[in-house]
Amino acid sequence: MSVLHISTDLYDAMRAHGEETYPHECCGVLLGQFSHGDWHVTAVARAGNTRTDSAHNRYSIDPAELVRIQRDAMRHGQDIAGFYHSHPDHPAQWSATDFAEAHWIGCSYVITEVRYGKAAVTNAFLLAGTAEEDKRFDPMDVRLDESIGGTSK
Amino acid sequence: MIIIIPTPLRQYVDGQSKIEVTAPTVKGALDALTLERPELRKHLFNAEGKVRAFVNVYLNDEDVRYLPQKEDSAVMENDTLTIIPSIAGGSACSAQPSAFSGQLRLQTSN
Repeated sequence: MSVLHISTDLYDAMRAHGEETYPHECCGVLLGQFSHGDWHVTAVARAGNTRTDSAHNRYSIDPAELVRIQRDAMRHGQDIAGFYHSHPDHPAQWSATDFAEAHWIGCSYVITEVRYGKAAVTNAFLLAGTAEEDKRFDPMDVRLDESIGGTSK
Repeated sequence: MIIIIPTPLRQYVDGQSKIEVTAPTVKGALDALTLERPELRKHLFNAEGKVRAFVNVYLNDEDVRYLPQKEDSAVMENDTLTIIPSIAGGSACSAQPSAFSGQLRLQTSN
């Protein structure tokens, strides 16, 4: 099973974001490096949820914002490692919508359940496969690694 | 011009994050990028030869879909073309395909 290495500070920052936007979904980008089959997250970047029409159960990141985040990350030697979002009062399990709209094969998708305003379970899934036709979500281990450091943007 | 390659597609360009191409238009640049990379082309274009709906292409800071000439827009040597797949989802419609129902995992590990 592949591993998502992340510091406690960044892990907590993702979860706190979900509490702040509750009862709406939060979303953001994981930045880091791929090494030895695992993602090492060295920064998380918050993003706006453009789905204001249904923000309690949908999220979308403006691609223009994603372009800016990617550009800034590349300047710092980072890649887009994946994405995170919250499920307000809903399990931290990927939904049919999450699956249908997942296109970053090889990247990590982190989901935090926010129950009654408090972050509960956080799960990570690797979008595995080779193409849209055979993609699948595989569970990832989230390993809190203090040696990795990182910044929350 | 430079084309920025997103993480999922770098396996088709020997792991590179940027590719330099010479072309007069956006379409020409994408063709130049994929001419000798059929696997990459398959990921960027649908069977009708159109850029897949979930693939966004930005010319500098502009979404090519909203440019007057769209993919026929002229490009300059110092322009940057960014390929960026969309990112969206949410807890709505939580019923899952049965083939994937065994993948539920609840964990945080230290």
